[in-house]
Amino acid sequence: MKPIVRDALGIGAATGAAGLSYGALAVAAGLTVPQACALSLLMFTGASQFAFVGLVGSLPAAVGTALLLGARNGLYGLRLKPFLARRALAAQFVIDESAAMSVRPTAAETRLGFWATGLSVFAFWNLATFAGAIAGTALSDPRALGLDAAGPACFLALLAPKLREAEPRRVAALAALAALVSVPFVPAGVPVLVAAAVAALAALGGRRESRGGTAPHVAGDAGLTPSAVEAGGHRLSREGV
Amino acid sequence: MWGAILLGAAGCYVLKLAGLSVPQRLLDGVKVQRVANLLPVALLAALIATQTFGEGIDARAAGLAAAALALLARAPFLLVVATAAATTALLRLVT
Repeated sequence: MKPIVRDALGIGAATGAAGLSYGALAVAAGLTVPQACALSLLMFTGASQFAFVGLVGSLPAAVGTALLLGARNGLYGLRLKPFLARRALAAQFVIDESAAMSVRPTAAETRLGFWATGLSVFAFWNLATFAGAIAGTALSDPRALGLDAAGPACFLALLAPKLREAEPRRVAALAALAALVSVPFVPAGVPVLVAAAVAALAALGGRRESRGGTAPHVAGDAGLTPSAVEAGGHRLSREGV
Repeated sequence: MWGAILLGAAGCYVLKLAGLSVPQRLLDGVKVQRVANLLPVALLAALIATQTFGEGIDARAAGLAAAALALLARAPFLLVVATAAATTALLRLVT
């Protein structure tokens, strides 16, 4: 077996672990087993799915947050575009893991890394979702097992690799604060969107401040280079979603 | 619920396809990249904050702290999640 394929299967198995949590959380949040599985089959992007089931109390916020979190897949697609044919099919498999695993020196290896990882994660993620959802329905009270703490823990595991630089840490703290402060004033789910808006404004403001700095500082500070995006994907894939 | 699921799924697919379809220069802007890089950070942080502390401080806060420790110890994903759930469940059992 080629090392790329072996790695792709390993990443798929790790993702399966997260899929179990997702399936159980989804039914604990009130989705049926078919609904939980439909999200994994059709939405197929982990962070968006966790956010969706975490916010089902307010469906517009659930959809809006899922889309905002899914926007990064579009950025991965930009880099993958020259390597992939059958774009309508390939698009569904553009996720953190396949983007990270397709950073390869040759076009053939790039394609193999993308498809092997995308298909492996798809298979493991969907099977695990089903298993997790079935297991979740057997629970009478999700709170007794602490499942309501499992959601935030999933998000923290996704967030942690991004917090190694100062700016993401600042943005994360600001977003958390903005969300909590707005909780009493807006409907459920909306605080997350308030935080996103505040963070977007802060990011644009930070850009203005950094204009006076040197060019390498600007690029390094913002993590804008393609290699930084890819490295982010690598770090994320280690965490499993 | 099904409507939201299909709408969200269709939107996420369109976003994936858009990256494979749009001209590169549209997203080359530094501001666009900057917001796109920081948006997931903000959303995840806000989700953690509201789902842990949105109803005040309870056993979930201890679960989150335990998850943070597990992450610092480089625990795998499922162990991090299980640690948070188990800590919260245990705390509820004894209080």
